[in-house]
Amino acid sequence: MNSIKYEFKVYILRNKLFAYFAAVVFLILLPFFESAFADSLKLDNHISNQNRLFGAYLVRAGNCMGCHTARGGASFAGGREMHTSFGVFITPNITPDKETGIGNWNRSDFWRALHQGVSRNGRMLYPSFPYPQYTKITRKDADAIFSYLMSLEPIVKENPPSKIFFPYNLEPLLYVWRKLYFTEGVFKPDLSKSKEWNRGAYLVEGLGHCNSCHSSRNLLGASQEKKLIGKKMTGMDWYAPSLISRLEAGSGDLEISEIIELLTSGISKNAVASGHMATVIRQSLQFMLPEDIHAIAIYLKYIGRENFDIAPADSFPVLSKRVRNYLSQGGKIYKKYCKSCHQSSGKGVPGIYPPLAGNRSVTMASPLNTILSVMHGGFPPTTIGNPRPYGMPPFQQIFHDKEIALVVSYIRNSWGNHSSLVTEVDIERSRNSKRN
Amino acid sequence: MKYCYLAIFFFISNLVNASGSLSVTVPNTMEERVKACTICHNNKQKEGRDVYYPRIAGKPAGYIFNQLKYFRDGLRHYKPMAILLENMSDEYMLEIAYYFSSLQLPYPLPEKISMYPEEIKRIDLLMRLGDSERNIPACQSCHGKRLMGIRPFIPGLLGLPYTYISAQFGSWRNGGLMRGQDSNCMSEIAKLLTDKEVVAIAKWLAIQPASGEPAQSGSLLPKFSQRCSELMYLK
Repeated sequence: MNSIKYEFKVYILRNKLFAYFAAVVFLILLPFFESAFADSLKLDNHISNQNRLFGAYLVRAGNCMGCHTARGGASFAGGREMHTSFGVFITPNITPDKETGIGNWNRSDFWRALHQGVSRNGRMLYPSFPYPQYTKITRKDADAIFSYLMSLEPIVKENPPSKIFFPYNLEPLLYVWRKLYFTEGVFKPDLSKSKEWNRGAYLVEGLGHCNSCHSSRNLLGASQEKKLIGKKMTGMDWYAPSLISRLEAGSGDLEISEIIELLTSGISKNAVASGHMATVIRQSLQFMLPEDIHAIAIYLKYIGRENFDIAPADSFPVLSKRVRNYLSQGGKIYKKYCKSCHQSSGKGVPGIYPPLAGNRSVTMASPLNTILSVMHGGFPPTTIGNPRPYGMPPFQQIFHDKEIALVVSYIRNSWGNHSSLVTEVDIERSRNSKRN
Repeated sequence: MKYCYLAIFFFISNLVNASGSLSVTVPNTMEERVKACTICHNNKQKEGRDVYYPRIAGKPAGYIFNQLKYFRDGLRHYKPMAILLENMSDEYMLEIAYYFSSLQLPYPLPEKISMYPEEIKRIDLLMRLGDSERNIPACQSCHGKRLMGIRPFIPGLLGLPYTYISAQFGSWRNGGLMRGQDSNCMSEIAKLLTDKEVVAIAKWLAIQPASGEPAQSGSLLPKFSQRCSELMYLK
């Protein structure tokens, strides 16, 4: 019995000793544990911070701010009116405010909106939110975008509901539309192409959602089968030219460096960005990483490679006396008001005043953008590459419609340009188009 | 040998010069850059549709900058200006504001509009003393003793046509000029004036000869800068 007691005591003592020993070791090592634990915390913070910064870049690249900010309003707080032929869409607040923004959303909700076009409450979204393109965004990118948006200052701003016209306001129609035109799916790289090509395709077709302007929409508002073919922007005033056609803004014939220059600075030796494209460059493209913008240029050059347009006829019919007279009247106006910048040769001054001779935005079938440029004038976007641009006067302030028609007709038919004549009716029509 | 190199050097530099003279050189100046503005805001014969493009030369820089920003951001309504400034940075707008502010151009001759002597007397009083009973400050107290404005935020009132001044008054009164701004400044003062007074003030200002520059910033009394504090900083 004693022996048992003795053994038991020894056992206890040993254990106690061990316990003491363990406690001492633990206390000695504690600082190390702590710092190791803190390190892993720091690492977590570091990763989430990296992710947030990565998200900030993607948000720039996708230009979320462009639509989700009202003119002069708080960034990302929504309230911008998007005039389309289907109604006036008013963009929502995407700051993390719980009541009026997306503060109650989680990653999956956000992914569902981007990837499937379905809101948190299960409501189907209108494709004015470009989810037919955003569906191509990877989950990793979507999560990064979400974590950036969640890190923004929450802004309380209740925006009025969109005013969608009949019959587009009927939910079943949206359902049919989705069945017909919406294909869900993350971008699948084409393995026969380079990594860079695929990156460009991902940015142009997905995150950059170029298609939402640069492709025609049918009556139901779906971007047409043939992508990036250009169109009059729905309900807006500018014509978004084709990115495929060599007669419009296709880049097949351009040097990569020239495409990059135009997309980052807003002006190149042969072209200048105006209208909504100027805004996209100022808000988004000028900030993109050189490798990304290079990838975009490679992809744009690729999709513009085929010369499928009907080549313009070599010889134009001899102009009648009446037409020649019409054009010479335009020539007089040109000489008085335009020549000092665009030169009598129509060649302009590279990088400052764009050429009109051979400028596809002047010669393309739709005269709309040229008319608008003459009417409203404007400055190229201020960018890092072109911070102090030279401006063009808004000639509608001193011209009558007739004079605008004459001068636009003249520049569309001089120095080897051959395009349709423009009349006062065209001017009147573009004056009446809505402006966002 | 040395001369030979020199000769080659000169030959090449001449070639470069010659090729340079073929291409057009655009003046690297603000004057050239802002041609888009001066087609309307100029001293020449007005050929435009809107007869009342205001003079901007010599106005205080802070005032010009704030107006540009209001136009761009949709707080002051004039579509042609909004479109022109749509894609312009604050930095560039500030540079443009300084440029126009620094311009010293001769003022146009005053307009010839007839006014009754008692009308003139009434407005003289408003300019110098205001009407304390109606809480209307003297115009001079903010726009400077000579009504040429006070740097950097308060515009001068002379050298502007009658049509422009009365249109501005109309906008102040209807709230069309500065949407979403609850300023108790000009819109409040404009609403305190009677229709008759507004017409008379616009006439009175248009017939004064204008000369000189805006007054220095120190000449604005604190009570007035507080009343219009909304306008007293770069937006």
